[in-house]
Amino acid sequence: MLKSLLSDDLPKSRWLALLLVAILIGLAVAPFLFPGAKSLNVAARICVFIVLAASFDLLLGYTGIVSFAHTMFFGIGAYGVAIALTRMGPGWDAVAVGVGAGLVLAIALAVLIGLFSLRLRTIFFAMITLAVASAFAILASQLSDLTGGEDGLNYRLPVALRPSFKLFEGFNGRLLDYYIVFFVSLALLLGMLRIVNSPFGSVLMAIRENPFRAEAIGYRTVVYRTLASCIAAAAAALAGALLALWSAQASPDTTLSFDIMVDILLMVVIGGMGTMYGAVVGAVLLVLAQNYLQALLGDRWLLWLGLAFILCVYFFPTGIVGRLRRR
Amino acid sequence: MAEPLLSLRGVKTNIGRYHILHGVAFDVAEGGLTMLLGRNGAGKTTTLRTIMGLWRAAEGEIRFAGRDIAKMDTPDIARLGIAYVPESMAIFADLTVQENLILAARSGPIDQKRLDWIFSRFEALKRFWNLPAGHLSGGQKQMLAVARAIIEPRRLLLIDEPTKGLAPAIIAHMIAAFRELKDGEATLLVVEQNFAFARQLGDAVAVMDDGRVAHTGGMAAFAADAGLQQHLLGMGMDTHQ
Amino acid sequence: MKRDYLPLLLIPVLAAASFPLVGSWSSWVTLSVAGLAMGLMIFIMASGLTLTFGLMDVLNFGHGAFIAVGAFVAASVMLALGAWMGADSLWLNLAAIGLAVLAAMAVSGALGLAFERVIVRPVYGQHLKQILVTTGGLIVAEQLLKVVWGPDQITLTRPAALRGAILLGDVAIEKYRLLAMAIGLAVFAALALTLARTRIGLLIRAGVENGEMVESLGYRIRRLFVGVFVVGSALAGLGGAMWGLYQETVTAAIGAQVIVLVFIVIIIGGLGSVGGCFVGALLVGLTANYIGFLAPKVALGSNILLMALILLWRPQGLYPVAKR
Repeated sequence: MLKSLLSDDLPKSRWLALLLVAILIGLAVAPFLFPGAKSLNVAARICVFIVLAASFDLLLGYTGIVSFAHTMFFGIGAYGVAIALTRMGPGWDAVAVGVGAGLVLAIALAVLIGLFSLRLRTIFFAMITLAVASAFAILASQLSDLTGGEDGLNYRLPVALRPSFKLFEGFNGRLLDYYIVFFVSLALLLGMLRIVNSPFGSVLMAIRENPFRAEAIGYRTVVYRTLASCIAAAAAALAGALLALWSAQASPDTTLSFDIMVDILLMVVIGGMGTMYGAVVGAVLLVLAQNYLQALLGDRWLLWLGLAFILCVYFFPTGIVGRLRRR
Repeated sequence: MAEPLLSLRGVKTNIGRYHILHGVAFDVAEGGLTMLLGRNGAGKTTTLRTIMGLWRAAEGEIRFAGRDIAKMDTPDIARLGIAYVPESMAIFADLTVQENLILAARSGPIDQKRLDWIFSRFEALKRFWNLPAGHLSGGQKQMLAVARAIIEPRRLLLIDEPTKGLAPAIIAHMIAAFRELKDGEATLLVVEQNFAFARQLGDAVAVMDDGRVAHTGGMAAFAADAGLQQHLLGMGMDTHQ
Repeated sequence: MKRDYLPLLLIPVLAAASFPLVGSWSSWVTLSVAGLAMGLMIFIMASGLTLTFGLMDVLNFGHGAFIAVGAFVAASVMLALGAWMGADSLWLNLAAIGLAVLAAMAVSGALGLAFERVIVRPVYGQHLKQILVTTGGLIVAEQLLKVVWGPDQITLTRPAALRGAILLGDVAIEKYRLLAMAIGLAVFAALALTLARTRIGLLIRAGVENGEMVESLGYRIRRLFVGVFVVGSALAGLGGAMWGLYQETVTAAIGAQVIVLVFIVIIIGGLGSVGGCFVGALLVGLTANYIGFLAPKVALGSNILLMALILLWRPQGLYPVAKR
């Protein structure tokens, strides 16, 4: 049961298993264990960023693609929901339309970028995605009629997700919202775990190891890479939609900025590339650091994480997860 | 007998996870021209690149003029007096003929007398002196690649398939130039597919097969032994041209 | 065969085509000068990056850090030399700027040397790690900038002699833009002459084409590369200093902002080509200014469009570098 849920990709380390179980339980009972608006917000952001980082790991760790446009898809998902809720009013139909539109746009853009530039070399692709992402961020802040510009959008959530809504005693709309975020994130993570452990995932890794050989064996590398980017883009867009559904606001700073891209990179590399679980560990670490380390280390925490990032790339390419597995 | 100028013992080279050389061993005596022969894929080019340090020998010893150069970097190997003409010629297409030769003359300005000698053999280089080398014909590029190797005196020239795709008239000039070089100052190790060319010029021969040297000896004896040629070179060898 | 002048023609074509759209002669001249000045500043920042890529297949995603450092160092020097900057003498003003720029180049160059050693050298030939590690270097460098200069932006005021515009009939040309153009052209001329006439320049061009052969001729391409890397970093510092003075503010994000334009420029130009980088930078600068005037909302998007169009025409960029 557990094995099939995890697609046979077990943590393979007692400490890692313990850590993951602790994270799972912690997030599952977070509203009761750590009451308070701030900690609930942190827990929800952890869930969202786990999905976002895992979808990036699908690209970086499993397919060997460096894309700096991942936040763009995240932003598309968030803005999809935000714009729909702003325009259509706070109903579930608006959420459905927003999620659907975000997904379609994200996948279409991923196909476009993929077909246009995935046959190029890694470096070219990274540069082009960086340029496209920054243009998109500017576009979003320029189209202020639609997106609210630099300030972004603030909108009302569906009634059932508001604090005033009581599902039953002691369980209000915010809790319902949190558990939607939690379970959808969990499902997405397990889904991605399944994908990387499927035959499709093995082809991706074969391409990462040696694209020429994979092509020679008969795999159309561009098609596989484009498919992988589409899946990653869709997952990132869904993560964005979850964030929009949680925070009731979307702005360039919180969804599209290069800072978010840096966060994702840090999460995946420090947690461990090509492991999926690394994205989980990295996201937990980084979101906690952002919210609590700031008080401890002051503004320098990003400096230390940056150094840790460089050391990881040099010495521990499989990050924390790799270290734990080696014991 | 004097110590050979170049001597390989047990050289193994891997490219990626493929083992290309499985313990190459042969000597190149000082003076004269040694032909390195063998079928396609026997490891001739890899041997030259390994001597030059462009690929690192995983095992074995490469001695040049008494020093082990197997672990040295390419520029240091070149500075010992070894010049290399790769099969691809690797002329600098964006640079003029003149600029290509300026770079090849490492120790200073080009010696005019030597240049005149090169011009007498490869007249086209004089004609296109200020043309970007990328615009030269294939044969002219080959001349430039050889000229680059000999613009200053070097002790050992490693030349990979100098006659590939050349017109017979140019080959005649190439033969004349190599003859003057080996009778003068330099030792040559030449990889060749064109056996007619090889037997005219070669003093000694080393024949490779599947990443090893299968035969070494004098060129005269090898040229006379049709059975051995057939055995080592098979039909892949161009016997007439 | 002659040299390929077609890409060069794009510049006057672009300028001429935009003229009827802009409509007024004076605005068009102002925009063109602004575009050329901006393009030349980007060229200064991009030239080193394209050469290090050509030479060693290394693309430094942390290049923006050198731009930012240059801007901050120059800002500090200019603030310290406030008396000279405020003086009513062109020569004192220029001396202050000159000192600031030299300091910026020295610090950026030194940082480049350290960056090459620590960040870039261990990951030669591994593109994925290279991208990651140099991005990591950018993250750390940006944080260090905040540690040294604080998190707030620094406001710069241009010296009196470089404020305002020169009037030629009804055409106004900002003085600072003329200075930026002069410096940009000087850097381009110096680079072009070095590459065309000196032995080092020949070696760099040869190395961009085929580094292995340069080594086989007995030259240590590693040293050449380190030299180019340091000079490129110093030039990035120079460009950053000029950019800061152009914007009149300096923030830690300046590197990340400009690096996008720099990438677009070197992709357009053809990775490894200094001439292509020059043409690409001018095209990007002009496009940004014309479109910024005609349709301000799509100004940055226009550069992406420009890049896409040029890559459709020449997939390897304007001046593809012949590679082995």
